[in-house]
Amino acid sequence: MKPIRNIMAGVVMGFAASMVAMPVVAETPANMLVIANRIDDITTLDPAESFEFAGSDVSRNVYGKLVNFDPLDLGAGYGPDLAESWTVSDDGKTITFTMRDGVKFHSGNPVRAEDAAWSLQRAVILNKTPSFILTQFGFTAENAMDMIKAEGNTVSITTDKRYATSFVLNCLTSTIGGIVDKEVAMANEADGDMGNIWLKTNTAGSGAYSLVNWKPNESVTLQSNPDFYLGAPAMERVVVRHVQESSTQRLMLERGDIDVARNLNPDDVAGIAGADGVEVDSALRGRLMYISLNQKHPELSKPKVIEAVKYLVDYEGMQNSFLKGQYVIHQNFLPATYLGAVEENPFTLNIEKAKALLAEAGVEGLEIEVGVREAQERIEIAQSLQNTFGQAGIKLNITVGTAKQILGRYRARELDMYMGAWGPDYPDPHTNAGTFAYNPDNSDEAGATGLLAWRNAWDTGGLTAKVAAAVEEGDRDVRSKMYADIQSEFRDIAPFAILYQKIEQTGRAASVANLDLGGAITAVSYWKVTK
Amino acid sequence: MAVVENNGKGRRWSPLSSPAVILTFKTLGSIIVTMLGLAFITFVIGRVMPIDPVLSIVGEQASKSTYDDAYAALGLDKPIIVQFFIYIWDVMHGDFGTSLLTARPVVDDLIRRFPATLELATLGTIMGVTLGVPLGVLAAVNKGSWFDQIARVVALVGYSMPIFWLGLMGLLVFYGILGWVGGPGRVDIFYADIVPSVTGMILLDSMLDGNWDVFWNAMSHIILPATILGYYSLAYISRMTRSFMLEQMSAEYITTARVKGLPERTVIWGHAFKNILVQLITVIALSYANLLEGSVLTEIIFSWPGIGSYITTALLSADMNAVLGGTIVVGLVFVLLNIFSDLLYRVFDPRAK
Amino acid sequence: MMETNMQKQTLRDWLLTDTPTSRRHARYAAAYSGWLTLKSNTMAMVGLGILLLLLFMAAFAPLLAPMDPFVQNLGGRLQPIGADGHILGTDSLGRDLLSRVIYGSRITLYIVTLVALIAPIVGLLVGTVAGYTGGIVDAVLMRITDIFLAFPRLVLALAFVAALGAGIENAVLAISLTAWPPYARIARAETLTIRNSDYIAAVKLQGAGAMRIITKHIWPLCISSLIVRVTLDMAGVILAAAGLGFLGLGAQPPSPEWGAMISEGRKFILDHWWVATVPGLAIFTVSLGFNLLGDGLRDVLDPKEGGHS
Repeated sequence: MKPIRNIMAGVVMGFAASMVAMPVVAETPANMLVIANRIDDITTLDPAESFEFAGSDVSRNVYGKLVNFDPLDLGAGYGPDLAESWTVSDDGKTITFTMRDGVKFHSGNPVRAEDAAWSLQRAVILNKTPSFILTQFGFTAENAMDMIKAEGNTVSITTDKRYATSFVLNCLTSTIGGIVDKEVAMANEADGDMGNIWLKTNTAGSGAYSLVNWKPNESVTLQSNPDFYLGAPAMERVVVRHVQESSTQRLMLERGDIDVARNLNPDDVAGIAGADGVEVDSALRGRLMYISLNQKHPELSKPKVIEAVKYLVDYEGMQNSFLKGQYVIHQNFLPATYLGAVEENPFTLNIEKAKALLAEAGVEGLEIEVGVREAQERIEIAQSLQNTFGQAGIKLNITVGTAKQILGRYRARELDMYMGAWGPDYPDPHTNAGTFAYNPDNSDEAGATGLLAWRNAWDTGGLTAKVAAAVEEGDRDVRSKMYADIQSEFRDIAPFAILYQKIEQTGRAASVANLDLGGAITAVSYWKVTK
Repeated sequence: MAVVENNGKGRRWSPLSSPAVILTFKTLGSIIVTMLGLAFITFVIGRVMPIDPVLSIVGEQASKSTYDDAYAALGLDKPIIVQFFIYIWDVMHGDFGTSLLTARPVVDDLIRRFPATLELATLGTIMGVTLGVPLGVLAAVNKGSWFDQIARVVALVGYSMPIFWLGLMGLLVFYGILGWVGGPGRVDIFYADIVPSVTGMILLDSMLDGNWDVFWNAMSHIILPATILGYYSLAYISRMTRSFMLEQMSAEYITTARVKGLPERTVIWGHAFKNILVQLITVIALSYANLLEGSVLTEIIFSWPGIGSYITTALLSADMNAVLGGTIVVGLVFVLLNIFSDLLYRVFDPRAK
Repeated sequence: MMETNMQKQTLRDWLLTDTPTSRRHARYAAAYSGWLTLKSNTMAMVGLGILLLLLFMAAFAPLLAPMDPFVQNLGGRLQPIGADGHILGTDSLGRDLLSRVIYGSRITLYIVTLVALIAPIVGLLVGTVAGYTGGIVDAVLMRITDIFLAFPRLVLALAFVAALGAGIENAVLAISLTAWPPYARIARAETLTIRNSDYIAAVKLQGAGAMRIITKHIWPLCISSLIVRVTLDMAGVILAAAGLGFLGLGAQPPSPEWGAMISEGRKFILDHWWVATVPGLAIFTVSLGFNLLGDGLRDVLDPKEGGHS
C-alpha cells in the first residue's frame, strides 16, 4: 500500500545510511518534514470529538473549515476558507455562507454546502467533548437539522440569540468546525454513529494533507494533497514522531534525525543555543498557568487570604530560572493577543504584605493540600510555592498525581488548592471568560465541571452577568473594553491567581522556514513550510 | 496404558487416564485458574482505582451530559461481577475490547506492541546467554582467581544498577556523543513499514524479506536497549551458572572422572555442564520472563513501542481493556515459561516430586 | 569489650569449641563460626560496610548534611560539583545534592526495612501453612501465590500505587505485595522437606499441635534461606522503589527520594549530568552493598553453595 515514491526514497536513503559501523548521521529528505512531539494525548482524529493539542495539530492540516486562519498572518484574524463569503441577517441571528467553487476532498468528491452542514450537524448530534463550542449557540440534536441548513451552495446557521459575529466565526475556526466528506464518512458508518468510529483512526478532509497512518504513541504520518486549492504544499510528507524526553529530542535534533523538536525544556534550549544549523523559535501560546483556591474551605474563602496568596508567588524568581524562556508573567485570564487582553500584572512576591493580610484575617497555622499533575515544571512551581507559602506560615502539602487522578478530584471539588494550566478552546475571549468568571449555578448538584469557577465553588460575585453581556456585544471596541473591566475586577476578587502564559520554544533545523505553531489561537500549520 | 478399576465391572483401560493426559489436563487447568485469577485481580484494581477512565476519553473540559453518555457507553454502570463475566465471555470469543486511548481493538494493539518487546527481550536473552554462560562456567572453574572476582563484580554491578539511569547514559554516550548507534524508536522513519510485517519483529521480517538495509537500520536501533537488558540477563545467568557449576565441581563423580584421566575440557563441558543444563534452562526461562515484564523503563527511555509502556500508559489512564489485555498476554507467557521449567524438572530430575 | 588476655582467650575458645555444653552454647558457637566465615570474605565485608554506612547516614543525617535539603535557591540552581560550597552540586531548584542524598538514605532505609519485614513474613506464613497443611488449603494458597507470581511485577506495583494513590507508604505496600510470592515458595519447599522427617514425627508424638510445630520447629529452619533471599532481594526492592519514584508514584516532592531525584534530573542530563548521576550512584552503591552481603551470607548459611564446610 506504500506509494512507490517512498520506497524509492527509502532505498536511496537506506543506501546512504546502511553503514552501521560508521557514525550514523541521518539527514531527513528535503521534501519530508520530521517533527518530534509528545503525541500520547491523541485519542481520536474525528473533528467532532478531537480535543487534545496533538490531535488539533493533525486536524488543522487535514480538514478545511468555513473560515480559517492564514498561518503567515495570524494577526489578521479569521478569513474565508471553504466559504468564500458570508452575510449576516438583520436580526443578527443567521449567518449565511457561500461555498467556494471547485474545491475537492481527498477522495475526489467535491466540497458541497451539504458536507459543511452535515459536519456541523453531526458535531452537535454526537455530543462529544467539544460539542459545547457549538451547542452554546442553542443548537441541539433536535433542532440541528433546522438551525444548520444547506441550500444550493450556501450554508446558513441560526443561533438562539444575537451574538457577536466575531464570536460565532471564531468558534467555527476551532477543530470542531472541520468539514468532513459526508459520502466517505457515511460509507463507513456503523450503527448510526455517523462515521465516528471510522473517523477516529481515519480522515476524510479537504485540507493540505491527508492521513497515512496514526500509530498511537509512535507516530502520525501525513501525505500532501497535490490538489490542495491553495497550491500543493512544499513538504510532501510530514511525520510526527512521539519522543517522550526533551533530552532525547535534543539529541535527535542535533544529529539531524529530526527537523523540529517541540518539547525542549529551557535547559535543553540553552544547550543548543549557538549550535550549528539549529535555531530556536519562541512563540506565545494560549496556555495559562494558574492556581485556584477552593471556596468551600473556611479560611481560603476569606478575601484577605485570597489577596495574600497572590503576593506569595515568586513570579520573577521562577520566570527567570527554571521557567526561563518558556513562560512569561501574565496575571489575567485572557492570553496576550486575544481581543480584550490586558497587560497589567500588579502582583509581585511580598511576604511581609501577605503575612500582614493573613494576620488581619485572623489566620494562623494554616495547612492546605495542593493537587498537581505529574509534569516537571508544575512540580517545580509547586515546590517553589511551598517554599514561599511556608515563609508566611502556610504549610502547603503537595499531592502529585497523573492528570486523571488530580483532575478527577478537582472536578469533584475535593482539592483545597489546584495548580495547573488552562488552554483556550477557541480563539475568542469568551472561551476563558466563560469558564473563569462565569458560574450561573454554584450548587453541588449543578455539576458544571467544565467551568473553572464552579470547580472552585466560586459564585463569581456578579461577574457572571457581565460575561453574559460581553458575549452579545456587537461592537468590537466596546466588547474589548468590557473584557478589560471584567479582568480588572477579577484580579481583585477572584480566588484565582493567574501566573504565567506559555511560550513555546521550538528547536528547528535552520533550513526549515515558515513553520507557524498557531500562536495563542490555533494549531500548527504545515502547508507553508519550506526547507 | 493405564488401568482403571470401575465399580466392579472389571478392569477397563481408558486412554483418558494415562499419566501424560492427566498431567496435560492438570496443567491446562492450573493455567486457566491462574489466568482467571490474574484477570480478576486486574479487573478489580481497575474498577477500584480512583482514576476516571471516562475523563480519558472525554477530556477535562467536558460537560456533564457528554460525560454521562460516555460513562454509560463504557458499561460502567453495571455491577463489577457482571462486568467481569461480560469481559471473560468476550475474551473467549477473541474480543479484548477497545482501548480508550488508541481507539482501536486491544487485539490490534497487542499484535502491534507485543512483538516489539519480544524482539527486545529475545535479543537481550541471547546476549545474556552467549556471554553469561561461558563467563559463569569459567568463573566456577577458576574459583577464587582474579578472573572469578572480576566476573562476580561485573555480574553484581549489573544487578545493582538502576536500569533507567544506565539507559539514559547509554543513549547520551553512544547515540548523542559518539553516534555509533541509532536513536530512539525501532527504525528510522524512512524505513518504517517498508517490509511486510509477518512476525512483527522487524529483524526477522526484514531477513525474511531479504531487505538488508532495513535489517541493519533496525539493528542499529535495537542494539543499545538490547545490550542494556542483555547485561541484566548476563548478570543473573552468569551468577546462576557459576553457582550450579560449583555444586557440580565438588561432587564425587567429577573427582572420579579426573582421576580416570579424562581431559579437563571434557570433565567440565562434557560432564559437569551437561548436568546443570536442566537447571540452567529453567534459569534462562525465568530470566527471559523477567526481561519481558521488566522492560517498562527501558521502553520509556528508548521510545520503544513495546507492551511494557503500553500497559503502563493504559494503567495511568485507567484504560482497563488495554491493561487487562496486556497483563493477560504477559502473564500467559510468564505462566507458560514457568510451566515449561516445571515440566523440564519433572522429566529430567526425579528427585523433585 | 575490655578483657584481659586470659579472659579473651577463654571466650574465643569457648566460642570455637567442638563440644558445646548446651543448646545456647551451640547456637553462639555456630553464629561465631559463621561470622568468621563471613569476615574472611572481603566482598561481603565491603557490602556490610556499605550498609553500615547507610545506617550511619540515616541515623545522623541532620549532623552529617552540610545544608538543609529543602532550602531552595533559584539563583544558584544546577551548580556543578564543588561549586559554591556544594560538594556535589545543586539540583534544578538550587538545593544541595549532598544533603538531599544523605536525607534520602532515610527514605531508602525506611523502604528497605518495611519491605524486608512485610514480604518475608507474609511469605513465611503462607508457605508454611500451605506446606504443612497440604490438601485443599495448600492448593488454594499456592494458586494465589502463582497468580501473584504471574503478574508482571512492576505493573502490579504500579497498579497498587495507582489504586491507593501515590506516596511512599503505598509504594512500600505495593512492592511488598509483589515481593512475597517467592518467599512463600521457598518456605513451602522447606516445609515439605522437613515435615516428613523423623524429627517432626517425634515432636508430634510428644503431643505438639500444628501451631507449635510450625512456629517453634519449622520456622527456625526456614529462617536462614529466607534471610539470604531477603538480602539478595533488597537490591531489587530498592531498584523497584526507585523505578516507582522515577515514574512519579513513590515519595512525593519535596521528598529527597533517590529515584524521584533521578527523574527530576533526567531533563538536565546533557549539560548537568550530575543531578541525575549522584542519586543514581547512591542507589547503585546501596544495591551493590546488599548484593555483596547477600552473597556472603549465602556462603555462610547455605552450605550447599560455595563449598565452605
